[in-house]
Amino acid sequence: MLKTLAHTKIQLAIGLAIGVLFGFLLQKGGVTDYDVITGQLLLADFTVLKVMLSAVVTGTLGVHLLRSLGLVRLHPKPGSLGTSVVGGLIFGVGFAVLGYCPGTVAGAVGQGFLDALFGGVVGTLLGAGLFAAVYPKLRKPILSKGDFGAVTLPELLQVNAWAVVVPAAILLTAVLLWMERAGL
Amino acid sequence: MEWLTIARWSPYAAGIGIGILSWLALLLSDKTIGCSTSFSRTSGMIERLFRGDRVLDKPYYRKVAPAVTWDWMLVLGIVIGSFISTRVSGQFQLQWVPATWAATFGPMPLPRLITALIGGILMGVGARWAGGCTSGHGISGTLQLAASSWVATICFFVGGIATAMLIFRVF
Repeated sequence: MLKTLAHTKIQLAIGLAIGVLFGFLLQKGGVTDYDVITGQLLLADFTVLKVMLSAVVTGTLGVHLLRSLGLVRLHPKPGSLGTSVVGGLIFGVGFAVLGYCPGTVAGAVGQGFLDALFGGVVGTLLGAGLFAAVYPKLRKPILSKGDFGAVTLPELLQVNAWAVVVPAAILLTAVLLWMERAGL
Repeated sequence: MEWLTIARWSPYAAGIGIGILSWLALLLSDKTIGCSTSFSRTSGMIERLFRGDRVLDKPYYRKVAPAVTWDWMLVLGIVIGSFISTRVSGQFQLQWVPATWAATFGPMPLPRLITALIGGILMGVGARWAGGCTSGHGISGTLQLAASSWVATICFFVGGIATAMLIFRVF
């Protein structure tokens, strides 16, 4: 909508501002903490899921409303079995071993966690660089396998977006309510 | 302004706030919130310091420019925003070893650092391999109902939970 705010410096400032707010919210939410993240992966602490699902419910309703009003457009990422599944699983292993994700590791640095800085950030930079190096070799044999493109669930099901947004929001909210009820 | 200085918010409040940020990012910048791309960019920028401009010819860096961009500023912002939050609540404290780790593996920094480094490398590889992380896929992608993001996020947690259980329940 406000693509008139296209001036690069203003956009960089907006990116920074949204990042500052994001970091603030992540920290307040407790998810910049190794103990909280590890607790989630051990299914003992459901803070991470509560934060993520709340964000997704709020986000999906608002974004699709703005889209219906013609104010924003979606940017779904492309995917394939070779990237989404294989990459996703590798990420999961690293996520558990490190105990932070790329966003929360940055937040953890802001919180004073030195393992996040000297282990996590350095490691993630190395890993990203390593991937960039092997990317050309991986592209054909693995990354492109089972390609399904940048498809959205409504497009796959050939329905209007709201036919998926509303049930998804209801379902995820129900999961949150159930978690509260169950004392998780 | 007590709500700004308390140590922890309800996770629902934080999550709703993040959801609202996703609206703002699209509305103001036509961008989605995501964090792992910035690590590729920074890695490329560092490599360029050592190996010069030919780094920019790498196929991956032609796809993902090693430059200061909107998403790069976002990740810088996360560090700052978390720092501010931690300081105003009096929580800022330098720490080498998290409590959960120490309870199982002991308080020495070096084993934790080495483990964190290995985890970071795997995560850096995995995030770029999957084309996103728990922010880019897990939040932004799933709220857009992108199939890639739903698949990737499920795999993040399947891999993560299995590994964590292995590390803490088996070892």
